[in-house]
Amino acid sequence: MGVTADFSAEVLRLDPEREIARICLRIRELMLTRVKRRGLVVGLSGGIDSSVTAALAVRALGRERVLGLEMPERHSAQESLQLSGMVAASLGMDTVREEISGILESVGFYQRYDDAVRMLFPEYGAGWKSKIAISDVVAGAELTSFYLVVESPDAAVTRMRLPFKPYLEIVAATNFKQRIRKMLEYYHADRLHFAVAGTPNRLEYDQGFFVKLGDGAADIKPIAHLYKSQVYQLAESLGIPEQIRNRKPTTDTYSLAQGQDEFYFSLPYDQMDLCLLAKNRAVPAELVAPLLGLKPEQVQMVFRDIDAKRATTRYLHLPPLLVEEIDWGNGAGRKDMKNGGTPT
Amino acid sequence: MSLQEDIREFIVENFLFGDEGGLHDDSSFLEEGIVDSTGIMQLVSFLQEQYLIAIEDEELIPDNLDSIKKVTNFIEDKKRALMLGSTGSH
Repeated sequence: MGVTADFSAEVLRLDPEREIARICLRIRELMLTRVKRRGLVVGLSGGIDSSVTAALAVRALGRERVLGLEMPERHSAQESLQLSGMVAASLGMDTVREEISGILESVGFYQRYDDAVRMLFPEYGAGWKSKIAISDVVAGAELTSFYLVVESPDAAVTRMRLPFKPYLEIVAATNFKQRIRKMLEYYHADRLHFAVAGTPNRLEYDQGFFVKLGDGAADIKPIAHLYKSQVYQLAESLGIPEQIRNRKPTTDTYSLAQGQDEFYFSLPYDQMDLCLLAKNRAVPAELVAPLLGLKPEQVQMVFRDIDAKRATTRYLHLPPLLVEEIDWGNGAGRKDMKNGGTPT
Repeated sequence: MSLQEDIREFIVENFLFGDEGGLHDDSSFLEEGIVDSTGIMQLVSFLQEQYLIAIEDEELIPDNLDSIKKVTNFIEDKKRALMLGSTGSH
């Protein structure tokens, strides 16, 4: 197929109803033959990915076999709960709300996080907000750096490049949020004899934008093969409320509002989709650049950044590694367990 | 120990578990998978603390940081510039 010559955003266009039917069929097959649990728990963030995942789960299994979990904490955006409530209501599914600030407090998250920020900004405390931002690949940053952005109570914003140690401390502390949420998802899954649906889209899955054993953990990831703009196409067909479809992708992780492209990706999702697709199909930067309003050198830098992120985050995808392969004695269904896992 | 040996030791100890087999002074950290982008952050923090220099955003480029030789040249240039700066101020 002349993919190179015909390359445009249209390449990402799919037949939403057909894709929805295909995914739902696959969810049912996987649940019946491999997962063998009675339903799915989906963590609802009020964002597009979890909304579409929940809608697909409901379409595949029926609303009584899907539980939505809302897990806000004190840094979550106000609108997140309103939006997750809206999607749950539109799907007619049950939800449970677990406020996780208390758990985060008890593991010392807020203290650890604030202490790490104070390594750079000793005055950081009550009334301050912060977030992490990434270096701008498109503007010419050849190597990844992370910046700590703080906002004082009088709204003065300061940004400083993060040295290695405070960077690790901040990320390690923040990862508590995703891991605690996942722990609660599995609690509810276990008590209902359900499994857990993960919500990464292809950009996140490919580029390692998830926390290992946090949002990266799941039994089934129904949209991991879909580029983000394709997730939006499904959202429309699935009737996801417009407010959710119009919301700018956010991490909703830090106390200061933070877009995903500010924290992790080099470009807004629609442009990032095209770059990733072009890279996967070996489409030259010269052909992609005019579609994005960028120079070929800038696209080349995004391509390099894609490779760098794949290399840095490869370990996130690894199962626990064994010194020696375990022979399961030709037991049926055991081939998928060659790297760890407990036989059932 | 020379500057180059210092940097080699840091790389070998921190990224290669002490086994320097195959590491040349011009081996590309990134292309050969010796140091990833998080490792570059660690290297930059080490250089700043060890040699009491400030590394600016625009200096964070492979030409300065992607091999033992490049890092050595970069630090030598930075130290030379610092010396000239302090001499010039007298």
